[in-house]
Amino acid sequence: MTDPIPDGLDAHLVVARPAFHLDLTLTAAPGEVVALLGPNGAGKTTALRALAGLTPLTSGRLRLDGEELDGTPPESRPVGVVFQDYLLFPHLTALDNVAFGPRCHGATKAESRAQAAKWLDRMGLAEHAGAKPRRLSGGQAQRVALARALATRPRLLLLDEPLAALDARTRLDVRSQLRRHLAEFEAVAILVTHDPLDAMVLADRLVVIEQGRVVQEGTPADIARHPRTDYIAHLVGLNLYRGRAEGHTVKLEAGPSISTTEDLTGDAFVAFPPSAVTLFRDRPTGASARNLWRCEVAGLETHGDQIRADLTGELPLAADLTTVAAAELDLHPGVAVWATVKATQTHAYPA
Amino acid sequence: MTKADESGAVAGTLRGGPRRRRVRTAVPLPLLLPGAVALAFLLLPLLALLLRAPWSSLPSLLTSTEVWQALQLSLLSATAATAVSLVLGVPLAWLLARTEFPGRGLVRALVTLPLVLPPVVGGVALLLALGRNGVVGQWLDSWFGITLPFTTAGVVVAESFVAMPFLVISVEGTLRAADPRYEEAATTLGASRFTAFRRVTLPLIAPGIAAGAVLAWARALGEFGATITFAGNFPGRTQTMPLAVYLALQNDPEAAIALSLVLLTVSIAVLAGLRDRWMAGA
Repeated sequence: MTDPIPDGLDAHLVVARPAFHLDLTLTAAPGEVVALLGPNGAGKTTALRALAGLTPLTSGRLRLDGEELDGTPPESRPVGVVFQDYLLFPHLTALDNVAFGPRCHGATKAESRAQAAKWLDRMGLAEHAGAKPRRLSGGQAQRVALARALATRPRLLLLDEPLAALDARTRLDVRSQLRRHLAEFEAVAILVTHDPLDAMVLADRLVVIEQGRVVQEGTPADIARHPRTDYIAHLVGLNLYRGRAEGHTVKLEAGPSISTTEDLTGDAFVAFPPSAVTLFRDRPTGASARNLWRCEVAGLETHGDQIRADLTGELPLAADLTTVAAAELDLHPGVAVWATVKATQTHAYPA
Repeated sequence: MTKADESGAVAGTLRGGPRRRRVRTAVPLPLLLPGAVALAFLLLPLLALLLRAPWSSLPSLLTSTEVWQALQLSLLSATAATAVSLVLGVPLAWLLARTEFPGRGLVRALVTLPLVLPPVVGGVALLLALGRNGVVGQWLDSWFGITLPFTTAGVVVAESFVAMPFLVISVEGTLRAADPRYEEAATTLGASRFTAFRRVTLPLIAPGIAAGAVLAWARALGEFGATITFAGNFPGRTQTMPLAVYLALQNDPEAAIALSLVLLTVSIAVLAGLRDRWMAGA
């Protein structure tokens, strides 16, 4: 407890309401992206509002770069928020939306507009500067909202379901753009989402909350392989890899390649659920699946009537199988297995 | 609110009425019949006014200075009362819609009191409060030398008293319907609550404020009871059009009809103009 005060976020958020109790310890280093993941009503948005100062803390503490923020009104906190439906001011142009923050922080009209133009340019939205929010597409509005939040140069960036309002197609693009912008952001970013894929792609670390409490936290891969509750096993059931795509193959940084149905080139992610993995004790003959890897069982965990196997070897992955199948295969830690995944069960998208 | 609705209906009719053919199914008789009766009931008196107007003697009746004085005073004081209602009423509406304080429900009920209070009673109450010997009026008189009753300023006070609740209710409703999270978004960007109100909320609720202002203006223009009680009936100083109409009715009914026509025309012209400009979507 006598450590020097660390930079970044050090928070213990307690919000007590008649029917709901949030008790959440959250720390994050500058440059880190943390995802708060949980079901609806878990308290994710309440936590975000408490960090922004929009909901008062019942007790606890909130320190950012060593400065106590509890009791500071929202307008005086170095915090930027991207709201779920963006809340762009409908009567202002994209440029004036972004210029709003700098203007409130004392910049002149001309200065704040120049800063806003720079931010819009960085987001690739220079030609939409004069557009009113209702004329922007969902993806464009999301980037304007991000530019607006970043324009105040916050030390803590909060994103509430940043991709939830988008349709599936724009979501892919916006997700990879958001990933780049978050990687460039030098302060703490906290992201709230109920979508495990968003969380795993965008965040360095996941904090899973249920009913106002942290049930597990760790890196995405860590949580996917060692889910601590049935809910997490179900929620974060995803194998996720990064590599370079060439046509229908994604070559992973770690070594092996994964065949996919998508045709891509350049940096890409590949994801597939643990349930898509089939395990064999002997090398399958006439393998229709081109995704075949030699692995070793590192651990087994039971979740309901499912067993999640943690595999190491050529490709570290998580596989779900029934208790019956696990018994038939005589699986236990140390056993060598062959793992296959059909290309149709994988999903690749640009990074 | 009947007066404004009535004027709105008239404004709609004057513009030729909507010729839409949206409804293909038969209109149910239990709705059509009372609806038609209501429309006839609202329009018949206005029609009667037009039918019985002394059109031949109209020019001579309307060129008297008293008529123009009364009209000028009416427009001036109704506009001033609307301005007072805006400056004071919009902040009150915000307080009622956006803040929590003990007894807020009671305050909201009291704000609407002038709506149900007979205007004459309102005028008496204003005299007791702001009259020369009134609760506050005596201090206004002795400290600042301000006397409100029986002055043009008194007309504005009386009209504001009856018109402001219309504006407050209308703006409060708009504020409640508006998403308060826009204000929150503004505060996370560094805006104080007042800046958030001024730069975000106010522009967002502008149509509601305009609608409330039109209602308040219409109510102030037609104000009679509180005005005659609190401000009296002095031509050129406190005699507004409704007062002039009432007075004329005693001596010269034809003149009363002529004055009523003028008031009607002005009301319709202003409301129709504002409707087109401000409430195109309403």
